[in-house]
Amino acid sequence: MSKTHVTCTVNGEETEFLCDSNQTVLDVLREDLGLTGSKEGCGSGDCGACSVLVDGRLVCSCLMFGSEAEGTSITTIEGIADGENLHPVQSQFLKHAALQCGFCTPGLIVATKALLDANPSPTDEEARYWLAGNLCRCTGYDKIMNAVHAAAAELRGESA
Amino acid sequence: MYSPTYAAPTTVDEAVGLLANASGAARVLSGGTDLIIQMRSGRLRPEVIVDIKKIAGTIGIREEADGWHIGAATPGAEIGEHAGLCAAWPGVTEAVQLIGSTQVQGRASFAGNLCNASPAGDSVPGLVAAGALAVIVGKNGKRTVPVEDVPVSPGRTSLAADEFVYEFIIPKASGKTSDAYLRFIPRTEMDIAVVGCGITVTLDASGTCTAAKVCLGAVAPTILVLDDAAKILIGNKLDDATLAKLDAAAQAACKPIDDKRGTIEFRTKVAGVLARRVAAIAFERAAAR
Repeated sequence: MSKTHVTCTVNGEETEFLCDSNQTVLDVLREDLGLTGSKEGCGSGDCGACSVLVDGRLVCSCLMFGSEAEGTSITTIEGIADGENLHPVQSQFLKHAALQCGFCTPGLIVATKALLDANPSPTDEEARYWLAGNLCRCTGYDKIMNAVHAAAAELRGESA
Repeated sequence: MYSPTYAAPTTVDEAVGLLANASGAARVLSGGTDLIIQMRSGRLRPEVIVDIKKIAGTIGIREEADGWHIGAATPGAEIGEHAGLCAAWPGVTEAVQLIGSTQVQGRASFAGNLCNASPAGDSVPGLVAAGALAVIVGKNGKRTVPVEDVPVSPGRTSLAADEFVYEFIIPKASGKTSDAYLRFIPRTEMDIAVVGCGITVTLDASGTCTAAKVCLGAVAPTILVLDDAAKILIGNKLDDATLAKLDAAAQAACKPIDDKRGTIEFRTKVAGVLARRVAAIAFERAAAR
């Protein structure tokens, strides 16, 4: 059994871990670092429940080996809020009840933050295409889209 | 428990050495969006994983005198953000961005899509139609081949065990040259091509085609380069008679399978329809140059 020693930044903190070569970043986050906010839905990159940012880029943490994280900066759902203050994407998801069972929510919030960082004023079509890799089996997506647009407006400094 | 050896070499020589000296099966890791799934499902059990992303030149896009150099493992999202390459080769760059979701785009690469050797890989017909070259490195040094020479059958490539794709070179689009790629899927996103078609054309000042390359995906064990279809376009403008002949040539070239995503009859018909539509976009873009 060969283990790889990895040093990276997770939610702003320098982090070291030893991982098996076939462990994914998602496995390491959940099993070794205790960060269970990122969920495993499909394990094949289809559902987006494990979405994280790696060096600012949105990826499925189930589609990246832990060993590949060496030297990277990872942001998970646990790193989105500013201490006790929710990020506008989080507060708007709550306000608009954009969740039911909640399993897809961490991934959707991370993906929405990445969208709004890249495009502060997405059209509905742009937002839906960007989030096409985040599956929700409860809401039917309308409440999610309402929350996304409300968060975009809040981040642009417009009153909701 | 199964646990392969992971290595992230920083030089080509080191990577080639790892591949050449592996005691069991070795796999090259670029974005990993196919490899990791195949390992998790048990379909692939490599002894050694060679991650090429720490090697200088495997990620990034450079414009040089002989064309656009695109690192083998450059993620689709980075390709889509490169304004110069997207303007020069809209079909090539749109095709790679059709693969998977935003998340998959954060990792998936041209080299992975090509070397996974699925006949339905979305980025391959566009690269082939554009005349892209794959720069392959191995223990005997470097060789440069047309992209269409890499896949040989579903899941298999012409690369030797010690070789990997280091980068791609797409020629500069000179004069009135442009390209397009379309695929058919039964939904709008997150699906695998039932048929894909990439076409590059060069026009003269009157709008007559002087050079063309036509490529189909997902209708045969490997992507198809349609020399007959290219000859139909060359010397002609985009008129109804030319499009009808193109449609027929595309249908005639198809050797598809029946599967859950499409029947032989449907794939053949759609190949003709896509060839018409893709040619129309490529002609329009080339005329606007």
